[in-house]
Amino acid sequence: MSFAFPNFRAAGKLFSIRGGVHPDDNKKLSSETAIEQMPLPNLLRIPLQQHIGAPAEPVVAKGDIVDKGQLLAVGKGNISAAIHAPTSGKIVAIGYFVAPHPSGLPVYTITLRPDGEERWTELPEPLDLEQSTPEDISARVASAGIVGMGGATFPSSVKLNLRNRFKLETLVINAAECEPYLTCDDRLLRERSTDVADGIAFMARALGVNKIIIGIEENKPVATAAMKKAAEEILTNAQVVPVPTRYPMGSEKHLVQVLTGQETPARGLTADLGIIVHNGATAYAIHKAARYGQPLISRVVTVSGRAVKRPANVEVLMGTPISDIIDHCGGLVCTPSRLLLGGPMMGQPIANARAPVVKGSNGILALNDSETRRDEVMPCIRCGNCVNACPSGLTPLDINARIRNEELDGAVDIGLLDCVSCGACSYSCPSNIPLVQSFNYAKGKLTDQQRIKHRQEETKRLAKQRKERMERIAAAKREAMARRKAEKAAKKKKLDDAKETSSLSNVEADSLTKSEPKINADAAVDNPVTEAAE
Amino acid sequence: MHSQVLICGPHAHSMSSITRVMMLVVLALLPTTLFGLYVFGWPAIFLFLVTLVSALAFEAMCLFIAQKSISRYLFDGSALLTGWLVAMTLPPWAPWWIGVLGSGIAIIVGKHLYGGLGQNPFNPAMVARIMLLISFPLHMTTWIMPAPLFSKNAPGFLEGFAITFFGNVQFDAISQASVLDYVSAELGRARTLETILPETFSYLSLTLGQVPGSIGETSALLILVGGVILLFTRTVTWHIPLSIIITTVVLASIFNFIDPNRYPDAIFHLASGSLIFCAFFFATDYVTSPTAPEAQLVYGVGIALLTFVIRTWAAFPEGVGFAILFMNACTPLIDHFIRPRVFGRNRSGKPLVAATGGKK
Repeated sequence: MSFAFPNFRAAGKLFSIRGGVHPDDNKKLSSETAIEQMPLPNLLRIPLQQHIGAPAEPVVAKGDIVDKGQLLAVGKGNISAAIHAPTSGKIVAIGYFVAPHPSGLPVYTITLRPDGEERWTELPEPLDLEQSTPEDISARVASAGIVGMGGATFPSSVKLNLRNRFKLETLVINAAECEPYLTCDDRLLRERSTDVADGIAFMARALGVNKIIIGIEENKPVATAAMKKAAEEILTNAQVVPVPTRYPMGSEKHLVQVLTGQETPARGLTADLGIIVHNGATAYAIHKAARYGQPLISRVVTVSGRAVKRPANVEVLMGTPISDIIDHCGGLVCTPSRLLLGGPMMGQPIANARAPVVKGSNGILALNDSETRRDEVMPCIRCGNCVNACPSGLTPLDINARIRNEELDGAVDIGLLDCVSCGACSYSCPSNIPLVQSFNYAKGKLTDQQRIKHRQEETKRLAKQRKERMERIAAAKREAMARRKAEKAAKKKKLDDAKETSSLSNVEADSLTKSEPKINADAAVDNPVTEAAE
Repeated sequence: MHSQVLICGPHAHSMSSITRVMMLVVLALLPTTLFGLYVFGWPAIFLFLVTLVSALAFEAMCLFIAQKSISRYLFDGSALLTGWLVAMTLPPWAPWWIGVLGSGIAIIVGKHLYGGLGQNPFNPAMVARIMLLISFPLHMTTWIMPAPLFSKNAPGFLEGFAITFFGNVQFDAISQASVLDYVSAELGRARTLETILPETFSYLSLTLGQVPGSIGETSALLILVGGVILLFTRTVTWHIPLSIIITTVVLASIFNFIDPNRYPDAIFHLASGSLIFCAFFFATDYVTSPTAPEAQLVYGVGIALLTFVIRTWAAFPEGVGFAILFMNACTPLIDHFIRPRVFGRNRSGKPLVAATGGKK
């Protein structure tokens, strides 16, 4: 059982994972050109939802003049992230604008017209690595609006704060960059390795771990060498480990298994093993926040694909329209068959090129027909390629068969929810069967069903509550009525008694009615015989 | 920008296809096929072509009846491969109608009656082989000594044509029993292996294919070459063929150790008959074998066990065909019960428990 291996191991020794595929990495298209700065665009469209969790809440108004790095929106709730002005300028609109999402649906967006002055706002004091406490660092990371930059966009400070809930031992830096075409992390590690290493040092301090493993795929030897050098200079207890080039090596649970031999329990977190995984680009952002007080306002994006004239890695401000970035790279040489945000394996189609780049955008790919060619779908011949490709140990062909049969529960029984949606199955299928697509559909449908079920249960619960409330009210009414009746009867009786037996004293009559228990008021009225017997 | 249909990744593809996979298997079959056609001469060539063409014709007919796209399915390579495999199992000088019947059984009964490509529970070529064997035992077990093309004893083009299409019997004189038939029959006469084996062929000629046998199954060496091609091109994984071979070797060695006069050794089992051929080309058929590596091991061991049992104790001298069909039938069951371990879960599906770390 691989998960029982001791945490400490000989340097460089790797553990195996099952599955995975070897797509053409196409990294040479963009890997050999240095990161370039994108000039200021005319307009920046800054969505308030650039992270997982609740959208941020704007703290500026239309017409405001803002400085570079000024807070535009604050995170709302536990899982959210602040958003800052990428440059100085004027807020020209706050409203709905098309989101960088395949649906092309609008999200709440702040539109900023840069004034070209690049006038910085007053930034917080730089942090000193030795002097700052874990709380200082994670507070700084939170206020800088830093999220996981590998694409998951989970607020990084929340992850740094996991030290409070878990016994942590190891920080793993995920620089595998297993998606084909993407080279932004590669370039970042090559060109700014000391800054990345410094960010890693802050992360390790915030997490309170003293063991650091930096995993880089073997197809990035230059980045590996640069990181090794930087780690030797800056970090103690850090290993830079080349991992096999295989998709999806960058899946955090699989990377952790390759590096440490420990397998994350299903439905669990790597934190359950005492391991936290952060992306290399996130480390760079944390370095900027800690050393310079700068919030996360820009990132490196790979622009690639054979439909782009000049593939490159471009450092862009958050909110730069995708079309501007493509234009900066010489525009398109042909109509792309796919325009993607992210890599070719898990990237999402861009519905509208006017949508902006956000914190989690690592690549803009314009792929031509030859790069996305798929033949027509044929029947499954049970070749088992999908089984061998699946890094999660699933049998995609069986899951697909059950989904096609609308047996969603059956699909869940054989592991639908353990699917990481990496797409290795669809990639390897000789019959071009849309396997992962069908799993995504089924997962969506399950979520829908759960939502409906939840709604029904909620309705049922509320209906039950209402019924109980109504019953309570009715009971109270009945009781009140009975009480009034009893009081009335008692009063009447008193009058009658007074009339009938004038010899009986008032005091006795009073005591008689008082001694009558209230609850038996009705009975007392109904049974004059009992009363008479008394 | 242009509008797009909602599409989700992966947007790249390995570019493998059914046709590519089928052609790789054909490539792996080429060495032994070419050798078989060479050593058995013109009759074998005619029979081979008749079988292939009729397989494609039956496929086209079935697709037409099922109203499926002929252009899409006819040349996907599966019918060609099925016909090819049927031809490989035929005695080289069998009459033409044996080939046509074999293709017909394979394509119509074995494949399309179940719904066509990917739907058949049994290996179509193996169904054809077994049905022919049971229905026409004489034709299916009339083996001839190899007489290579253009050699002195070999039939010429016209003679070969006559043998295949007109059942010319003048070459009957050189027909022989296969090694397995012979040994099985002689053991039945209470003779010992020590005396029987020297009368048969040497292991070397069994390996090289200088023995009577079906078109594609005589040379164990060339079959192995094909097997290596399959493994190197990752068309099949090692699990099925190796589990069959290893199990056979282990079983044969154990029994041979117990009584060498009654049970032939492992090399005999591997070199004679069609075990190796079936292990690489029939047992590994995608549609009818389990998909998970663990399940494939169970399947392979099952085939080897049954083959050994049938060869050793049953009436049929060659059991591998029956063994494969039987395990084909078990495939859904094996697939259902033996799945790979899911990441983060133990074999029974429960989440793993972290050894270190954990909540505070």
